[in-house]
Parts: sequence; C-alpha cells; structure tokens
Amino acid sequence: MSLDTVAIAKANPDTPQPFAELGLKPDEYASIKEILGRRPTSSELAMYSVMWSEHCSYKSSKVHLKQFGDKAVKSDALLVGIGENAGVVDVGQGYAVTFKIESHNHPSYIEPYQGAATGVGGIVRDILTMGARPIAVMDPLRFGPADAPDTRRVLPGVIAGVGGYGNCLGLPNIGGEVVFDETYLGNPLVNALCVGVMKHSDIKLAKAAGAGNLVVLYGAKTGGDGIGGVSVLASETFESKGPAKRPAVQVGDPFVEKVLIECSLEIFAEDLVVGIQDLGGAGLSCATSELASGGSGGMKVQLDKVPLRDPSLSPEEILMSESQERMCAIVEPSKIDRFLEICKKWDVTSTVIGEVTDGSHLEITFNGELIVDVPPRTVAHDGPVYKRPFAQPAYIDEVAKQVINPPLPTSAEEIRETILKVAATPNLADKSWVTDQYDRYVQGNTIQSQPDDSGMVRIDEKTHLGVAIATDANANWSYLNPYEGAKLALAEAARNIATAGAKPLAVTNCLNFGSPEDPGVMWQFAETVRGLADGCLEMGLPVTGGNVSFYNQTGSTAILPTPVIGVLGVIQDVRTRTPMSFKDAGLELFLLGETDGNLSGSEWAYIHGMRGGIAPTADLQREMRLIDLLVAGNQSALFSAAHDLSQGGLAITLIEMVLRHRVGANIKVDDPGIALLSETPGRVVVAAKKDKVSDLQSLAAKFDIALAQLGTTGGDALVINDASISLDELHLAHTNTFKKLFG
Amino acid sequence: MKIGVVTFPGTLDDRDAARAVRFAGGEAIELWHDDADLKGVDAVILPGGFSYGDYLRCGAISRFSPVMEPLIAAAKGGMPLLGICNGFQVLAEAHLIPGALTRNQHLHFLCTDQKIRIENNATAWTNSFAKGQEVVIPLKNGEGSYQCDDETLKMLEGEGRIIARYVGENPNGSRNLIAGISNERGNIVGLMPHPEHAIDSLTGPSSDGLGFFTSVLTSLVAGGVK
Repeated sequence: MSLDTVAIAKANPDTPQPFAELGLKPDEYASIKEILGRRPTSSELAMYSVMWSEHCSYKSSKVHLKQFGDKAVKSDALLVGIGENAGVVDVGQGYAVTFKIESHNHPSYIEPYQGAATGVGGIVRDILTMGARPIAVMDPLRFGPADAPDTRRVLPGVIAGVGGYGNCLGLPNIGGEVVFDETYLGNPLVNALCVGVMKHSDIKLAKAAGAGNLVVLYGAKTGGDGIGGVSVLASETFESKGPAKRPAVQVGDPFVEKVLIECSLEIFAEDLVVGIQDLGGAGLSCATSELASGGSGGMKVQLDKVPLRDPSLSPEEILMSESQERMCAIVEPSKIDRFLEICKKWDVTSTVIGEVTDGSHLEITFNGELIVDVPPRTVAHDGPVYKRPFAQPAYIDEVAKQVINPPLPTSAEEIRETILKVAATPNLADKSWVTDQYDRYVQGNTIQSQPDDSGMVRIDEKTHLGVAIATDANANWSYLNPYEGAKLALAEAARNIATAGAKPLAVTNCLNFGSPEDPGVMWQFAETVRGLADGCLEMGLPVTGGNVSFYNQTGSTAILPTPVIGVLGVIQDVRTRTPMSFKDAGLELFLLGETDGNLSGSEWAYIHGMRGGIAPTADLQREMRLIDLLVAGNQSALFSAAHDLSQGGLAITLIEMVLRHRVGANIKVDDPGIALLSETPGRVVVAAKKDKVSDLQSLAAKFDIALAQLGTTGGDALVINDASISLDELHLAHTNTFKKLFG
Repeated sequence: MKIGVVTFPGTLDDRDAARAVRFAGGEAIELWHDDADLKGVDAVILPGGFSYGDYLRCGAISRFSPVMEPLIAAAKGGMPLLGICNGFQVLAEAHLIPGALTRNQHLHFLCTDQKIRIENNATAWTNSFAKGQEVVIPLKNGEGSYQCDDETLKMLEGEGRIIARYVGENPNGSRNLIAGISNERGNIVGLMPHPEHAIDSLTGPSSDGLGFFTSVLTSLVAGGVK
C-alpha cells in the first residue's frame, strides 16, 4: 500500500476518499478540506473521522451539555472541572478524589466479555491519568428481559468481563445496578464508574507544554484491535442485518494494565511528567491531538517508532488502533532516563515517539515522510457541532392519559404473595449471583458494597476519612418525563449516600439514549440535560464530567432514556456510618417522608405490563432537607439503620433489611397496597433504639419531614399487618431468581 | 519480628497482607520479586493476586522469580512461609506443598464470606486458634479447587496436614473440602481464603483472620516451629 503524504495530497487534490465509510458526512469532509486548505491525507482523514465521531466529539450533545457549565454552582470543592479526563473534587485533609462513569454499550453487545472488560479498563485509565490511584469501581448494567435467550448470552459474559478485568486490577467493585427491560434487548447498557484518590499536589493534566519536551508512549504494544471502534461502533445504530463488526471490539489484558498502574504511580510520585493522556477511544489520534491542543499546539511525532504487535499495520491503522493499556506522557529531557528506568523495572515497554515544538501544528511523519500536518485543536476540540432538531414525541401525551391502577393486595394472603413476588422479580431480586463474581475486599478499605445503598471506601486509615458513591437511574420515570426523571435520579443517588451519613459533594453522569437523529430522542436528551443541570444547581452540586452514549437503538426502537447519575459524597469517619440494616431485635422502625398513591413508572406497574401515567415531580428542597436530616442524625448517632426507598418501594426495602442480618420485623400499615408498592420519592426507612425516638421526632420536625412509625424489629419473619412471611421462605424467593435464570 | 511480603508483577493483596502483619504487631517488610534478597526477615507471606496475569498457569511464572531461590531454601530450613490464594498456587508450583489448585468447579470467580474450620492448630500459622474453631474469612478466586491424587490425600489426612476445611457447601469443588494445607514440618502453609481481608470487622466480615498473623509472631517468639 502506498503512503499518502501531505505532498501527495497537495499535488492530487481530487483523489476520491472513503470519508463516508469512515463515518464522516459530506459537509464534515468539506470542512476538513477547508481547515487544511487541501484534501486530507488518508492518515489525517482517519484522525478526523475518529475524533469527529459522536463518541469522541459530542457533536450532537455539546450544545446541551453547555448547561452544566452555564448553570454551575460555584463550588470550592471542584479542583478540576469538565473537559479533562475526569473531574477532581476536594474531600478535605489534602485529599482530592476523581471519579467518572463511561459507557461501553455497543462493544459489550457484540462481544460481551471483552466489551465489558475493556470498559472497566478504559475508565480506570481515565482516573489514573489524573494522577490518582484508582480505589474502586462500580458497574450500572442494563439488559433485555431476564428470560430472553440473548440476555443469557450477554449478561454472563458482561459480568465475567467486569469481574475478570476489575478483579485482576485489584480494584474492589463496590456497587452498581442490574436492571432488565425489553428496550435493552439489542442494546445492553454497560456503564463503568471508577473512583481514584490523590493528594492535591499530584493532579495531572493532559497538556503538552514546553518545546523540546519528549512525547513518550508506554504500555502495551499497538495491534490491530479496535480499529475504527469509535466511529464504526459507537456512532452507528445497529441494523438487524449487517456485516459482523466483531474485529472492531478491543481485547484487554488486565495484567498489563495493573502493571501500568503501578508503574505510572511510581512515575507520578517522582514528578516525572509534564502532562499525560491515556489511549482510549481513537487511540493515538486522540492522545496526540488532545495533548498538543492542551499545550501550545506544536508537536512532532515519528509514527514509525510506535512499537507494534502486528508489523503489517498501516500508519492510518496505527493512528486509529484502540489497543488497550497504553499511555502517552510528556517528559522533560532531563527526566527521561529515570522515566525509562521505572518502566524497565515494571517490564513496561516505553518509547520516545516525538517531541513538543514551539510551532502550532501536530506533525506526524512515517519513515521520514510527512503524513499529518494539522492544527491539533481542529481535530480535538473544534469538531462539528450540531443543533439537532428536537420535538416532544407523541407518546408523551398518550402515556400521560393512561390510568395506572395495577391490582393491589388487601388480604393477608395477597400481601404474602405480593411480598414474595416483589422479592423474586428479576429487577428487585438479590444480585449476589452477579456481585459474588466481583472482588469487593481487595485493598482492605471497603466499608460498604452491594447491596448497600451506596459503595463506601476509606481513604485514610489514620483519620478514617472516606467517600461514598451511588449510581442511580429510573428509566421508567425518565420515559414518562425526562426532565423530572433526571432530577429524580439525581435526588435518589444523593439520598443513597446520605442514608449512610455521607454528605453529597459532586455529580458525574452517563447519559444513555437512542439515536440523536430522531427528534423525539433528542428531545428526551435535551430535557434530561436541562433537568440534571437545574437539579444540580438547586442542590448546589457541581457536575464534574460525564459521558454521552447515543445510538442505543435497534431499528426505530430506542432504549428508554437512561441517565445514570453518580453522586460522590464524603464522610469524616467511616466507623460511624449508618448501616443499611439492623442486627438487633426491639428497635423501632420509622418511615421518613410521605407516601402518595401514584404508581406510574413503578416496578409493580411494570410487572403488570403498565408503562404509562405521570412521573412524580421532584421536590428537591424536600430532598435536601431529608439529606440534611440523615447526615445530622448520623452525626448524633440516632440511627441503628437507614435504607432508601426506590424501585420496589417499601416492600423491597423491608425485604432487604430483614434479610441482611436475618432479623425480622413486625410492621403495621394502612392501605397496604399503596404503602408497600408506591415509589413516591424522598423516603427512607430508619431504625432507632427506643431511647432515641424522641430525638428522632425532634429532628424530623426540625427539618419538616414527615415521620411515621412502622413497627419494630425482631423475630424470624417479616410480619406485615396479618401477613407473615418466614425469613427462610423470603430468602429463598429473593436469592433463587438469578441462580435459576443464569445457573 | 519482621515479616516479608513479596510483590510480584500482578500481585494485588500485598498492601493488605502488610497491614495485617502490622495489626498483629509485626513489622512488614516489602520484598520485590526481582531481588533475591530476603532482607533478614523472620517469615514471609506470598500474598494473593494474579501474578503474571495467571499466564500459563496460576503461579507458574512467579515460581521462577529471583526471590524464590533464597525463599525456598529458607523455608526448607524451617522459616515460616504462608501462601495466600495466588501465593498458595505459587507454593504448589514450587512443590513446597503437594497438589494443585484448579478452576472452580462452577467455572465462576467467587467472592464470598466463607466459614472454615481450623483442623490443625499446631502449625506456625494457626497456633492462635483452637482446634475445631470455626471462623469466617473472605474466599475470592477463580481457581481455588484443591486437587491431588488419592495417595497424597490419604497422606495429608493421615498426617493432619489439612489445616483448614470449608464448612457447609463445597464452594469450589476442592477435594475433602480442603481450604488450606501445610508441609510436613508445619512451617509452610498454603491457604485459599484471605485472612488479610478479615482483620477488622469494619472492612471485612470479621476479625477472625488476624489469628493467622498473630500465630506466626507467637511461633517466632517461641523460637521456631512448635
């Protein structure tokens, strides 16, 4: 294959180029020509095509995502905001925490194990790139119906991939979600969150400053995997009939990444890098253009120096390869020897591939020939921006008219059956089959993990400072009302942290949607972003970063709008956290918050095939008072336990509480159907010792949150009014579902 | 007392093992796989993880690391040596203890709070426990199913070298519910579950695991293996 150089491109302006096959639209191709004043070389075309793909450029979402900046609260806690690899938050005592969620949806459908594994690997490198030691991962997952044959192909592979990669990295998996819905059948959602910790002074940024500084590629060698993964996979809708796209999925090696982490942390500790970027989507194209663009713009790279696993790769393929476990660092010449020495200690391949210049172009040569000569900003940051048309889809008014009235239990026998059904339904059943495949103990700092409301890790063994993280989405509500749905997911995630006593501090998100070319989907997206930005502003929480995944649809059927919201909080002393359940009999159980009769979007309605109605309206002022109450109650040691109510309502909350330590409860409720199954937001069950009850009542009054007595703890059954379900029977119902479905 | 903790490329639980040593009152010394120097330690722990990514077989490459040569010699001379999980696999590959660890029978990685029974409390690593004591510590592995031939099994049973057994349902298909075994002398122990993750009920299911680390300190103070 002949090399297409800048000289050839200038001399042959009319050579036809396969821009459409690379995912570029004609007008995008035209603007590349305009930027360069000539046709691009084939290598430049490869770079622009991957960097201007939806996945890398956010071209459809940018105009909306601006709101996270425009509406941002001024937060002293935010050390690094949106735009870098991940946001960084001050958590006190000189510590900074960085966290982010990303999607790896499309690769995980094609090749579940590798797709999920490299999803974990990618987000972990983002966190590492900020200068932080990764300390935990979480995985919000969504699949088609639990009993669908394809779910049996996808789910076990995804779980094994998440575990296989994360376990081998030595990162505790501290939570996530597993949700089933028909709309995810051809479009499973595999989102991965990573959190890392560092000292303030250790924060690293992706910038190539200082002419003469060296560009070093280190980590795995470059191979042919994942070529075009970004543009081909993440930016196109799956068609039911199409050629297999398997080769575009990357293959991961967690051992190489584990060594890369330890090697990088040793390099960071000796302050040997000026800037750093990981190689993820769009590989070397992304890393070089973003580093150069983050600095003064000038960089020279000799592409033939890149160590290859497959020597037959063309320069275009080397630029596009998404081979995993690679990093790109900018190193001062005086520090390069020590840098290479540390790499050698860890047996990590490291190669100087170029240098920073005082020019303004990224120049890439291959065997001495100039094949790329571009202003890096035009590749990395000045991609196309689309104001895609959006319009409220017709279904919104239709579903709003539907009356949601599934049958409700009244008799003791009906309550029993309802509780057992809720315990066993796949969306609410015990997820140990999944989480037992993840290491939750490694690093020795895990305080909480699934099935707790949030994951919690200690970050200082002496002071006991810790962070808590929860991820939540309620796609059923988002479907009915994406604006409220986003706010409600935010409130739920924040509440899930506060139940343990942690104070919410910052927000990340992974926005999973159908095709942005569908105005209805685009409306769902726009409303979601507006809701989340408004919600964060009202709650005083900064958005530190996030990820958008479009094109999650098969044919004309899009997934439910699924904004997964992650909230990070800080707790001063992890030893004093409020646990999610009780170990003792004789405690008083209370419900904080009011319950209404709206079952729209509830799990009970979903079980009965009802997907309509009107979503609740988020009352964030009340949510914030509830959060303050939970944190204050924790600080004065009022609670023996606290557990959030969300999907599955009071029923599943009680089931999870009594099964956690096998201590039963005896409760009385009026109108049991609504009391057990309504999912009114802003509610929490708390357990308190008798001598704390009057303090609890004062606290509830102070924060103006309704408080209702439910009953007491104890016994070996969950007793609700006249219905009694033994803990053994309940345990079997709750834990058998996944074993039966997935072996 | 100085307890060495070896780090191979891909080792994960080295910091946890060092913390457990400190909790028990010992001094943890970092040992590097590529350095054939035991730094004057009194005992050594090979911690869990995926050394060399479990390439070839778990522990098969680590077994040839430079640090192993002086370590094998010292252990054969009576120095206490504990292999946890991947460390157990390294001990088996180095033939310091018999048998092999194979893929879990159900073919999944399993992380669970596992009840085990201490069957032999006369080793360097179990003397803090009562014989027959049941403790709960995390089990987490993909290849933890202990296998050996019938003759070896008979010998291990006969000589009391099965130091701990799983209680309840067999979690991985190990022969005779074996969770840990020792060498003849009782100074070398291989253990599949992770006591270093159970030193504090804040971060583990119990603090039962601490006994393994206090045991070795006791045995060292007593001047060697009982």
